[in-house]
Amino acid sequence: MEVSELKEKWTGWTFDEVSFEIEAEDLSEFSLSCGETVPRYTDPQDPDFQAPPSYTARFHGRRQLPKDFPVDMATSFDGGKTVEWKAPIRPGDTVLARSHIHDIFEKTGRSGGMMFIVHRMEFTNQRDQLVAIVDWKMIQKLA
Amino acid sequence: MSETKQALTYADVGFGDELPELRPDVSMKTIKRFGATTGMTYWRFTDHERARASGLPGAIVPGIMSQGILVSLVHRWAPGATVHKIDTIFRAPVLVDSEPVCRGVVTDMNDETRIVELDLTVCNEEGETRVLGTAVVELQA
Repeated sequence: MEVSELKEKWTGWTFDEVSFEIEAEDLSEFSLSCGETVPRYTDPQDPDFQAPPSYTARFHGRRQLPKDFPVDMATSFDGGKTVEWKAPIRPGDTVLARSHIHDIFEKTGRSGGMMFIVHRMEFTNQRDQLVAIVDWKMIQKLA
Repeated sequence: MSETKQALTYADVGFGDELPELRPDVSMKTIKRFGATTGMTYWRFTDHERARASGLPGAIVPGIMSQGILVSLVHRWAPGATVHKIDTIFRAPVLVDSEPVCRGVVTDMNDETRIVELDLTVCNEEGETRVLGTAVVELQA
């Protein structure tokens, strides 16, 4: 199937939803083990205590890709992660993560054609406020 | 944390400024601490021997931990900054128990929004770039 056909068929619709309870200790442990030093990310007693900006990158949905999505994981590799911080996540929040394929595109590099699959998770809190967007780029070599 | 650092503002920063280097703790003890809170306790992160047996050069630092370390690099430079976006490419593994160096440089500035763009790297002891990143950061007035 052509990349353009894949894009038309598989992008733009939610294939997974999962919610997470946010706990203070998890936030501070994540921050401290990453070497964070700013109290609003490390100290649960800080009045502005919140998740560090890249925190949502740690979450996974119940599935990585839609059922029957035609990708060969054996020839795919991780193309990186982007986190957009939108609003603070604080202890006691319940965060809902919705996953969809955001984009599929093709590039030609020195080693030939490659297909980029952009998996996006959008995180909203219990007030339906968008708090973060995480894009995970998966790269598959094309024959 | 010094008062000077806390007070770093947009006016203090110039195009091409380099962030103070960070030599993060990627010891097995810290990787296991990170794993305990994130659930990333797979052997490729926590067991050198098994990682080597699988063809890796040793246990590797989780990519999202490297990303978090780069965020901490930004905050050590500008504790009051807001990191709006961080983009990382995991070019090659960062090894657990190694001594990587994190660096950053200011590559763009917007006087109206006080937003700067940074290029970020995590390099190994040989100076090879293992993680490459960019960040969009709002500085204090």
